Amino acid sequence: MKFDPSTDFGLLLAVLLIPLIGYTIQIFFGKKLPRQGDWMLTGGMGVVMLITVYLAIKAIAAGAHGDGHAVDFLHSSQDHGFAFKWLFDEAKGPGLLNVVAGILYDPLGAVMLAVVGIVCFCVHLFSIGYMQGDRRYHIFFANISLFSFAMLGLVLADNILFLFLFWEIMGLMSYLLIGHFSQDPSNPFFHRWATWASKKAFLTTRIGDCLLFIGIFIFYREFTTAWETVPAFKEALPRFQPFLFTDMWEMGRLVVAQNGGEFPAWMTAAGLCCFGGTIGKSAQFPLHIWLPDAMAGPTPVSAMIHAATMVAAGVFLLGRMYPLMSPEVLAVVTVVGATTALFAATIGMVVYDIKAVLAYSTISQLGFMVAAVGMGGLVAGMFHMVTHAFFKACLFLSAGSVIHGCHHVQDMRLMGGVRKHMPVTFVCMLVCTAAIAGVYQFSGYFSKDAILLAGWASVLDNAVFSGWNLYALISLAIAAMFTAFYMFRLIFMTFFGEYRGNLETHMYSAQIAAEGVEGPEPHAHDDHHGDEHGHDAHLPHEAPLRRNPMTISLVILAVFAVPGVAALLNGWITHLMTPLSMYGPTAGAFAAEKISEGILDHDSHLGRQAHYLAVGVSLFVATAGIVAAWFLYVRRRDLPEVITTKLGLVYTAVRRRYFVDEMIDIAFIQPTLKLTTFFRTFDEKVVDGFVLLNGSIHKGLAFFMAWIDKTIVDGLVNLVGLVSQAFGAATRLLQTGRIQQYAAFAVAGGLLLASWLILS
Amino acid sequence: MLTLLVFLPLVGALLCLLVPSSNRALLRMVALGTSVVVAAMGVVLFARFDGASAEAQYVASAAWFTLPGAGAIPIRMLLGVDGLSILMAALTAVLMPIVILSSWGHIGERVKEFLVWMLVMETGMLGVFLALDLVLFYFFWEVSLVPLYFIVGIWGGEKRLYATVKFFLYTLAGSLVMLVGVIWLVYAAGTADIAALTARASALPSETQGLLFGAFALAFAIKVPLLPFHTWLADAHTEAPTSGSVVLAGVLLKMGTYGLLRFGIGMFPTAAVAWAPLFMGLGAVGIVYGALLAMAQNDVKRLIACSSVSHLGYVVLGMFALTQVGLRGSVIQMVNHGLSTGLLFLLIGMIYERRHTRAIDQFGGIAQSMPVFAFFFVFAVLSSVALPGLNGFVGEYMILLGTFQASPFWASIGVLGVILGAVYLLSATRRLIFGPIVHAANAKLADLNAREIGLCVPVVVLCVWIGVAPNLFLGKLDGSIDALAERLDDARVAAAEAQADEVAAR
Repeated sequence: MKFDPSTDFGLLLAVLLIPLIGYTIQIFFGKKLPRQGDWMLTGGMGVVMLITVYLAIKAIAAGAHGDGHAVDFLHSSQDHGFAFKWLFDEAKGPGLLNVVAGILYDPLGAVMLAVVGIVCFCVHLFSIGYMQGDRRYHIFFANISLFSFAMLGLVLADNILFLFLFWEIMGLMSYLLIGHFSQDPSNPFFHRWATWASKKAFLTTRIGDCLLFIGIFIFYREFTTAWETVPAFKEALPRFQPFLFTDMWEMGRLVVAQNGGEFPAWMTAAGLCCFGGTIGKSAQFPLHIWLPDAMAGPTPVSAMIHAATMVAAGVFLLGRMYPLMSPEVLAVVTVVGATTALFAATIGMVVYDIKAVLAYSTISQLGFMVAAVGMGGLVAGMFHMVTHAFFKACLFLSAGSVIHGCHHVQDMRLMGGVRKHMPVTFVCMLVCTAAIAGVYQFSGYFSKDAILLAGWASVLDNAVFSGWNLYALISLAIAAMFTAFYMFRLIFMTFFGEYRGNLETHMYSAQIAAEGVEGPEPHAHDDHHGDEHGHDAHLPHEAPLRRNPMTISLVILAVFAVPGVAALLNGWITHLMTPLSMYGPTAGAFAAEKISEGILDHDSHLGRQAHYLAVGVSLFVATAGIVAAWFLYVRRRDLPEVITTKLGLVYTAVRRRYFVDEMIDIAFIQPTLKLTTFFRTFDEKVVDGFVLLNGSIHKGLAFFMAWIDKTIVDGLVNLVGLVSQAFGAATRLLQTGRIQQYAAFAVAGGLLLASWLILS
Repeated sequence: MLTLLVFLPLVGALLCLLVPSSNRALLRMVALGTSVVVAAMGVVLFARFDGASAEAQYVASAAWFTLPGAGAIPIRMLLGVDGLSILMAALTAVLMPIVILSSWGHIGERVKEFLVWMLVMETGMLGVFLALDLVLFYFFWEVSLVPLYFIVGIWGGEKRLYATVKFFLYTLAGSLVMLVGVIWLVYAAGTADIAALTARASALPSETQGLLFGAFALAFAIKVPLLPFHTWLADAHTEAPTSGSVVLAGVLLKMGTYGLLRFGIGMFPTAAVAWAPLFMGLGAVGIVYGALLAMAQNDVKRLIACSSVSHLGYVVLGMFALTQVGLRGSVIQMVNHGLSTGLLFLLIGMIYERRHTRAIDQFGGIAQSMPVFAFFFVFAVLSSVALPGLNGFVGEYMILLGTFQASPFWASIGVLGVILGAVYLLSATRRLIFGPIVHAANAKLADLNAREIGLCVPVVVLCVWIGVAPNLFLGKLDGSIDALAERLDDARVAAAEAQADEVAAR
């Protein structure tokens, strides 16, 4: 099946438009539609899922029929006339803005699109059951629909500016959805938590977004300058668009080639800035702090946005920018990813809130993907992103199902024995736990194996060896063991033993009394779901199938984790995705220069060596972790408490999440707040003070002048007045108004005049 | 057409004077009708305007008077529109009906006077943007100043007199400096025609150019207001009635940035190139400074006033980056700020009418009682924090991109504002809109009525439109900005040559 531009780009456009149109209808008329519009949006997502899966299968088939590598699999809609001229001026070159958006359909996009389509559909379906009775049911559906639109758009964007655009819209939807319960006063715990958690998430990720923004600026500035000054570049890329991925890759290759094969320093700076975006969005250390709190959102949101799709966008960005990343940047990527993977795994081992375990697990797994890309395991990282999306979405939805069944309690110490009451959920969760733990032949096994293979290859290969790779390999191996441990700890605590939800005293009661329940307080009856809880209010129960499509979506997602399907997925993805097929022949070869031979070719000597080592380590750590969890949480349930007391301070530090939140608060947030009050005072007292002083001086001057005016100037005037007044008073004596007197004066005057005339 | 556009509001004001002040309904209909007609004309003008040309279009000219002196300089009623002014004029025309309609909710006394002043102000503002004669420009500049004095002074809040005096003295001081500049320039160049002046100003001695640039820039910087002249704004915004705040934020402040662009940069490119680092610095520092100030406010109008300082910092930053992208970004950001901040002030006015307080801690949880209001408020906030897909993003992104080409350092400082902007606006949103209802008075607030929704909808539509299809709006700027950028390039080349000569001379 060949890719057919005219119909397939049309289908891809439909993929984008269906959720957007759905959102628009829903936001205005959702409340009035039957069932508040949930069927419309879920149906729309179903269609989207079918299209994306169809196109992915087509892509895989096209790859299989090629010469082994699907090299010519980069399809840009701009070559076929599908382009949206956002900012465009035909007459001008790239020195000015030229943002034309199109659809980029490539192996990475094809796979990711299908993942997003499937996960989003399952979450829509799940939400129909889970969110029933919610006060803002229709708004919830509108928001997850717009989120799906943004995520699909991000995958399809063919230029980094539109990727950023969708990236930010996702951030907004995440903000609104984490804050979903902030308008629901009936649930006081979530009411408070959701309000600040949503803000925290938005702001923390925005720090990363701004770095990404700067990274884009650097690339733009340097690429356009280079293009305008070097004639060879202009010749190679006559219609250069500075934001277009394909052009950026090609330009990066040319710039490096011109620089004698070395990456210029500015590319390192730009690459690091772009990685900042990944750190924020994919919750890498130290900006991971928002993700655990994002669990304040409804569970379907946690599954879709904060596990499967949005947080994977950071890793997806790494995939898109890989050819432009210098070895130095990749070293940083490796270290940050590996550190995050280990760091978050340790926290995952000690928390009790079932969603918090999964949240830290997500952070840790994202660390795996990031580190994999850093070490050259580009495909391994992308593959883990795919398998993780399925099993983590399923785990979250299962956890939601458990929480729903356990009367909205999230603390695992208040669960136990749920296996008997919720068998379907149990099986789905077990399959996915096996997958994430890396049990042989489950999906996570393949992807984690690929990551460890990349690690071994990059350590064994002298051409790409660095101490950072060794550090990452060791950290990831330990983190993989911890993963198996905390995930089976979750299974054993939740599904095995006896149900502890309504026992007054049990093994954890002292601890709970001392530390408090994690997550919302238990309460037997829930306002929203009271009708469903009418029977057997004190025991957990599976969601009734006739009303609840929740379990169906669990099963769909779990299928992708089971052996067989997983192996198939592994074959397809490794076949479809190679640097050459992802970035085109020239840029792909350029990207592959940074990757060890053992990773590129599994059949090489190095590749086989790394493969065996990876399988060995992978199987060993998985087994060790699972056995340890079984021993501590099934066999010897008294031991965890003993161990934690022995660990003392270390345990406290991990329990308190290494105080990262507190440190960030002390180092950044408090100083900023102090600065704001300082500036306010400064503005009021100094800047405005100066203005007022100026005013006062002039006012004083005015009063002084007025005084002068009154006493001196007016005084002079008055003096003149006084003199003339006195003169007047004197002369007034003469002015009596009597005619006879005037006549007498006149006669006297006349006589005087006459006598003077006669005498002279 | 332009003559009609500019003076129609004045005719409306005269008509209002003829209506007895007791007949409020008729008064309001006359004022609203006038402004709606003007708005329609503005839209037609915008649609018909040819963005590719750098020439002034729809020029209307009439003799006015002659300045005495050696050459007998003629002063004309010269109106015309070009790429620098088209967006501003259209924005003014479109915003005014909204402003006048919004006043129905909070102006209950002396309605007639209020409407008359508003219409006079509209004439003044349109005149400022469309005047192509420097003396005429100055005339309209002063005309637009006086009505606000009365609007704040009569219909303002508790401290209105203080705010009015401060505002008036500040802008008057600026105006006087500008007047000196105007007289000097007109006599030095022997013409008051702005197009001719623009061509001739660069022939003046460079010291004179520098001083004239300083005089104009100071006057406009006060009006913008650029740091450190911003303190009048917070008081004026806080004390002005809602409609006054909307006009102030939406249009009046843009007169400052518009002036900087046309007279500061356009007439004295050499001086602008020399002074650009200072202005970029002031702009960038203003962004961060205004944002930090906004974080510390409890009065919601003051908060938005401080955010205006921050947002106008972007405009100045992008403008003085003196790059094609930066200039375009700053012009579109002027429009964006007018729309989003205008909308924020409108909305704040609506809850002020209901609660008669502006203290943020008096609110909280009103999304439960006023969901429609909450929707619009969140929208305005998102537009303000530059969410991609809305108008703010286009402006901010172009400004920062353009600035990054000129100065990565100041651009990076500006990027900080993107984070800080989200901090204060989201904090305010959280405290006003979300969370639990603490004050019982907030539980029973009536949601927006049809008139209030009608006020918001056009602004929302424009915000989305600019965000999704900015090409339509930016396309109108092409000719003029290209011409401006060309002059700036010439100035840069000349400056470089002069420097090279100096080096050679040594």
